[in-house]
Amino acid sequence: MKQFLARNPGTQIIDSLRKDNDKGRPWTLMEKIFLGLTPQQYVAQAMSNPLNWFFAVILLVGIPFIIARFFFGLSWAVGDPYDNAWGLFLGFGLFGMVPLSSSGFQLGSAVEVFGRHDFEPIERLGILNGILGYFFAVVFLMCDLGQPWRLIYPMFVSWGPEAVLFLVAWHVATYLSVQAAETSTAFFEWMGWPAGKTFIKKMALGLAVAGIILSTLHQGALGALSTYAPGKIHPLWYSASFQWLYFFVSSLPGGLCMVIVVSTISIKTMGWRCDDTFKNSLSKLQIALAKGASLGLITYLTIRLIGIAHDNKWAYLGTGWGAWWMFEIGFGVILSLVLLVTGVRNNSVTLVRLGAWTTILGVVLHRLNVYMFTFNWQNGHVHIPPFREIMITVTIYTIYIITYRAILYRWPILFKWKTRYSEYAVLDPEPVAIVEAEAARSK
Amino acid sequence: MIERRDFLKGCLACGVTAATVSVAGTSAMAAGSFEGYPDAMGVLVDLTRCVGCRSCEAACNNEQKLPEPDLPFDDLSVFSEKRRTTEKAYTVVNEYKVADKDTLFRKIQCNHCTEPACLSSCFVNAYTKTKEGAVIYDASVCVGCRNCMIACPFNIPAYSYSSPLNPLVKKCIFCYDTRVKDGRPPACVEICPQQVMTFGRRSDLVKLGHDRIQANPGKYVDKLYGEKAVGGTSWMYLSSVDFDKVGLDGHIQNEPIISNVKDFLGFVPMVLSIWPALFTGVHLLATKNKDGHHDHEEGDHQ
Repeated sequence: MKQFLARNPGTQIIDSLRKDNDKGRPWTLMEKIFLGLTPQQYVAQAMSNPLNWFFAVILLVGIPFIIARFFFGLSWAVGDPYDNAWGLFLGFGLFGMVPLSSSGFQLGSAVEVFGRHDFEPIERLGILNGILGYFFAVVFLMCDLGQPWRLIYPMFVSWGPEAVLFLVAWHVATYLSVQAAETSTAFFEWMGWPAGKTFIKKMALGLAVAGIILSTLHQGALGALSTYAPGKIHPLWYSASFQWLYFFVSSLPGGLCMVIVVSTISIKTMGWRCDDTFKNSLSKLQIALAKGASLGLITYLTIRLIGIAHDNKWAYLGTGWGAWWMFEIGFGVILSLVLLVTGVRNNSVTLVRLGAWTTILGVVLHRLNVYMFTFNWQNGHVHIPPFREIMITVTIYTIYIITYRAILYRWPILFKWKTRYSEYAVLDPEPVAIVEAEAARSK
Repeated sequence: MIERRDFLKGCLACGVTAATVSVAGTSAMAAGSFEGYPDAMGVLVDLTRCVGCRSCEAACNNEQKLPEPDLPFDDLSVFSEKRRTTEKAYTVVNEYKVADKDTLFRKIQCNHCTEPACLSSCFVNAYTKTKEGAVIYDASVCVGCRNCMIACPFNIPAYSYSSPLNPLVKKCIFCYDTRVKDGRPPACVEICPQQVMTFGRRSDLVKLGHDRIQANPGKYVDKLYGEKAVGGTSWMYLSSVDFDKVGLDGHIQNEPIISNVKDFLGFVPMVLSIWPALFTGVHLLATKNKDGHHDHEEGDHQ
């Protein structure tokens, strides 16, 4: 796209409800889907991007793998992991993606609850990052469940309310709808349905507070799930009192850093889609997010250490698992903390972006350690997922990236959607129809 | 779809249960844990008697109509490695070479906990602890999340991963449907030529176990494994060596697994009741007198 625009500098990419010329008629849905290019132009620019070819190869190999998993059964993809019942689909897809998606509730509450309107240019990105992460966590879950068509059973068929997973199921379902409502404002603008947006905007505070409640509980619940297996998780990664706090607290920097990473990728690879407000405020906002993330990280580091001290588990640090623990903490937490804090101090957005990467890797590594690598450590071997399981995980993640990009290209996430005639750079006199429509709406 | 009659029955059942619990369950409530059904059955396993003939494995396979095993049941080469329960075998016997004493064998199957971790971790309530002591499984509601396999402290439940359309948890159900429901011992107990296993009321077996330890000084370690482990199990073990040496976790907690989760579960009502007031309050404080930025319907970025 970047190259296409360089070659065709006059192209108008759709960022408004109506066309500038042609008497200001609204863009059709097809025009909006192709961003205002002709389908031929759109396909041509897509084909000229090598990343798309890379994605195509992954999908060509991976989608048959996903289909085969459902045709031949779970064992075709993951084997018979009786002692490691939760593999990559949940270890990475659910437990790894959900903390990185806590950005939705954090930015939503920063703006709506705490009144930090300076975060507005990045609020929608945070919320979109949230809903996509949760949505794809559910996709991963569907791939992992033995009988995914029974996913609604805990809601409607048979209740097990004393189970932590029951809480997770209900919360993720409810929170997905909360986030869908929050994201829908961008969708309504894009579709040209202002009534929908006005309706949602009235609920903004309620949605944001619901987001805080649901997120506190289910982020923690994902950790509480591991307290069912006290003897199976390595003691360095297990603490009866702190387990859910590890998960909740680390999800905070995880989500903020994911927004830093995604917004960096956006501005580097789709600068044409970002408006000036976004471009000009991004460095400042990323540093502000990094400030928040480092506060989260220092809390996380403290409780990880207190957890060890509380149960007096220092002796384990001398073992091989201890070295692996120190790597996780050293790379994922301490190095991240140093990078983020130095970045904030010196106003260096490069360091902040680097620190954001190490933070999210550290959070994901922690989840994998709890649910996969150290799980049943006393059996004496580490569970390494088979190739097909890895391939399916990579494929679903690729679909996630493609969906993410497709939405960022179109919906007003990184830019402001122009709906008022006065915002257009048009020379024609304002058509009567629009004057009447806008007058009617303002009544 | 819940039929009206079923619904009424359900209400009645709930009411009766509530009444029963409030009348009869006071002592249990005071103790803070479930002591188990009074007439729950159990099995006492004496590891010193087992010779590793694997006839219990064969009986189980036959009773539960499980598929043919890869190796026949009289093939003793299976002892070369430590096996676990699988979708094809609800019970397996393992061999443990103990340094100073001779070889011991231990039969592995579901221990039918008094407060089962599989049951308390299941979000569709697929598991039931029956009053006869069996932990049974309702295949018709299982979603296949496999949290029970994560939670089971003995790594017992297996999963039929290979079935594309109806994969299910596979585990020993104490021959509930075919035998224990009618007061008959499970197939493995009945077939055992060495009388390794004694089937009886759990409370009687606890006494029997301790009597046997006292009557044979020096023969057993002074512990009845399963009497207290994870809140008590219906299957209990006597051994001549430390339980760690025969593949059982000798340091397992005495509290039921659910007690680990209570820290978090206790926090849930607090969040649900305090957070809404707290954060809407913060909102009022944070946004007061902020140059009209308070208003959400202002539409400043429409």
